[in-house]
Amino acid sequence: MTQSEKQYIDLYEECREVIKANSAEALNAPRELAFKHFMSAGFPTLKKEEYKYTDVQKAFAPDYGLNFKRIDIPTDPFEVFRCNVPNLSTLLYFVVNDLCFKDNPTFNDGSGIYLGSIKQAPERAKEAFTQHYTKHADTASDGITALNTALAQDAFMVYVPRHQRLNKTLQVINLLHAKTDLMVNRRVMIVLEEGAQATLLFCDHAMDNVSFLATQVTEIYCGNNSHLDMYEMEENHTQCTRFSNTYVNVGADCNVSINNITLYNGTTRNTTRVTLQGEHSEVTLNGCVIADKNQKVDNNTLIEHQVPNCKSNELYRYVLDDSAVGAFAGRILVQPGAQKTVSEENNANLCATKQARMYSQPMLEIYADDVKCSHGSTVGVLDENALFYMQQRGIPTEEARMLLKHAFISQVSEKIRLEPLRERLNYLVNKRFRGQLDKCTGCSLCK
Amino acid sequence: METNQYVKEVAGEKYKYGFTTDIHTEIIEKGLNEQTIRTISEKKGEPEWLLQFRLDAYKQWLDMKQPSWGHLKMPEIDYQAISYYADPTAKKKDNENKEIDPELIKTFDKLGIPLEERLALSGTAVDAVMDSVSVKTTQQEVLAEKGIIFCSFGEAVKNHPELVKKYLGSVVPPKDNFFAALNSAVFSDGSFVYIPKNTRCPMELSTYFRINARMTGQFERTLIVCDEGAYVSYLEGCTAPMRDENQLHAAIVEIVVMDNAEVKYSTVQNWFPGDENGQGGVLNLVTKRGHLRGVNSKLSWTQVETGSAITWKYPSCVLSGDGSQAEFYSVALTNHYQQADTGTKMIHLGKNTKSTIISKGISAGKSQNSYRGLVRVSPNADGARNYSSCDSLLLGSECGAHTFPYMDVKNNNAVVEHEATTSKISEDQLFYCNQRGISTEEAVGLIVNGYAKDVINKLPMEFAVEAQKLLAVNLEGSVG
Repeated sequence: MTQSEKQYIDLYEECREVIKANSAEALNAPRELAFKHFMSAGFPTLKKEEYKYTDVQKAFAPDYGLNFKRIDIPTDPFEVFRCNVPNLSTLLYFVVNDLCFKDNPTFNDGSGIYLGSIKQAPERAKEAFTQHYTKHADTASDGITALNTALAQDAFMVYVPRHQRLNKTLQVINLLHAKTDLMVNRRVMIVLEEGAQATLLFCDHAMDNVSFLATQVTEIYCGNNSHLDMYEMEENHTQCTRFSNTYVNVGADCNVSINNITLYNGTTRNTTRVTLQGEHSEVTLNGCVIADKNQKVDNNTLIEHQVPNCKSNELYRYVLDDSAVGAFAGRILVQPGAQKTVSEENNANLCATKQARMYSQPMLEIYADDVKCSHGSTVGVLDENALFYMQQRGIPTEEARMLLKHAFISQVSEKIRLEPLRERLNYLVNKRFRGQLDKCTGCSLCK
Repeated sequence: METNQYVKEVAGEKYKYGFTTDIHTEIIEKGLNEQTIRTISEKKGEPEWLLQFRLDAYKQWLDMKQPSWGHLKMPEIDYQAISYYADPTAKKKDNENKEIDPELIKTFDKLGIPLEERLALSGTAVDAVMDSVSVKTTQQEVLAEKGIIFCSFGEAVKNHPELVKKYLGSVVPPKDNFFAALNSAVFSDGSFVYIPKNTRCPMELSTYFRINARMTGQFERTLIVCDEGAYVSYLEGCTAPMRDENQLHAAIVEIVVMDNAEVKYSTVQNWFPGDENGQGGVLNLVTKRGHLRGVNSKLSWTQVETGSAITWKYPSCVLSGDGSQAEFYSVALTNHYQQADTGTKMIHLGKNTKSTIISKGISAGKSQNSYRGLVRVSPNADGARNYSSCDSLLLGSECGAHTFPYMDVKNNNAVVEHEATTSKISEDQLFYCNQRGISTEEAVGLIVNGYAKDVINKLPMEFAVEAQKLLAVNLEGSVG
């Protein structure tokens, strides 16, 4: 047992009762088992293939405070975040640290859709929660998921019942707000029943200049015929560390798109596990990363085709500046019998300086013969010819570089199906490249 | 349709090198300990420094664990149940007779490797190795005229100790990995090649490895040094009899390439792959590495891997000379229960270095075929360039094809590209062939050969023919 593991084991053993008492009831059931799993597995080490590029032990080593007693931090996020993405009216919800904001609106359009903390959820949503909680995020397989399950006290629930559709985009803003260094354990559960449809946007922001450590486990269940568009945008600051594990379970005839955008961060590790369990489904995973200074971004994805006739697409693009370190490992696993699988994976990266590092690992693991799978990966520099062409036409070098970088990223942003968000992202990317997005000053989406 | 007839002709054959040679072979006792190493060293009449090298390696091996990260189901290897030295030429020595046992000549004739000088015109010099001993090296005199040294490793230790001492373990140090340490401790014969400055080797050099004795392993060691401005093309072939237990083959190949020199290393690996039920077969766990020390040096690995129950190897290149170039061409075919986890490593250290990787995997039956490759660009390797392409072809619904490329780029003006595809033979192509009166089986042979052509074209002529034959034979029964 390492020092950082011991720290959390001691903490749990000490605060076990406090955690349970202040937690939503539904989260208590698998807690002990998850803790047991954490005790036996511990944090993944650098020797573990999936965590080769992120030092988990080191990230969890500092002594962070935790808000087990659920002390309310006085804040009015609605004051800070006045508007939405222009031209996109969203349903705006806040999660402050790992606590669903108490004055979140209540959504009720008579369809049975529930959005908000699991604590206030109606019976049907609670049932769905219990049915799926920890069923997709296996606590035995990952130490961070186990720790999150042991410590999480509240969960944000998106429940869309059969054949219902969430008409507006749901925007959940994850705020990090504290006076001292803080660790938060967020939990999200998304259940789309048969034929349901939803578009979700999650934004991460840090309000204060202290160190934050966030673990987040998102479980997504897509019933047959459902349709999900999910966007995650991270705009924190360099003192933030984020471990986000997303588990997606896809039924038959679904269309699922998960987009991960890292604009600004300290250390980020996103683990995405997608399991295709029903035929004729299509899954798209997109991601773009812009990192500089000492930022580290590690995306680790797995798309598992368990059944025939499914399609998956994956596109990740990185732009790395200064001493930033990027890692991408994408694994596509086609199980025996998953015939007629079509899968495409692409990872392209730009290293702008000598100190920037990129580790790319696109992997295919195929146990069926009638498939079409391909992957491509490149690491390189900006096209000299294109730069020359632009300079010839009077565009200064810096501007030309910016344009090319922007064009490089826009391959990902073009895939965003929400048009206003796409435009907004292009604007933010531009701003980011100009160095104007140095520090998160509240929700840039809303400024 | 010459190719097709060809395919058909050979498709009727099974593993044809599976015979055993009944020859008196001196085998030392099974098991591995310090005494074993001393015995091997003594039998080979080695100097003290080499014994010390072996013992040091053995000590390091004891502290190591067999790796398990490969995408392979490895049978447990009992290192104490293997005999580490088998000498089929032992009788000869007793009789003080310089002639090679006719049985051995017959064996190599059967394998298509004539040991007699009557084939002097064929333009290939051969070092034939059976079990732990080099039986004969041909054409040595012709080569010696040019100052080229081509001999068995044992001879090299005796006649050119200064060269061996200088380069042995300089590319693959004993502590490199578990199997390298094992080999360094117990290695038996192999080939040694030294090409002096500004010399172009006038013929292809080749080594033929054969495992014959039961319950032995083969641990050969090859060292090739190509001095400034020199050129050599080196071929390696291997076969083994059909046995129902696994045989261990843990070799090391070290290549040193100096300024402006060029080495071409080709392998056609056809160790016994085990039978249709996955019984027996050779475990091929080899460390191969080339060090491109000089500026503008070149190294090219070409491998056709059709044999072995398990193939686990990554012929690698360390590109430290500025402007050096490395190439890796590979066809790996697995059938029945064979498993392969193979690929390459390209370590770019020098400026303006360039590497190309072309890998073609073909899996049939219930086999598992993985490509694993590393491309690393160090911060000083300005202008490094890599292109990798690895394709997998699947024949049959129970096989697997996997790709695990690793790219570590630490330099901003390096360009690294990788692409891979996995698919089965397209129905359209088959339909097109069928329409023109080509049966499905023939069509598959045709398509597979076309698919592997990029790599096979890189092989020297004689090997290309053998490689094509092999592909056809090994695909037998997997089509339809």
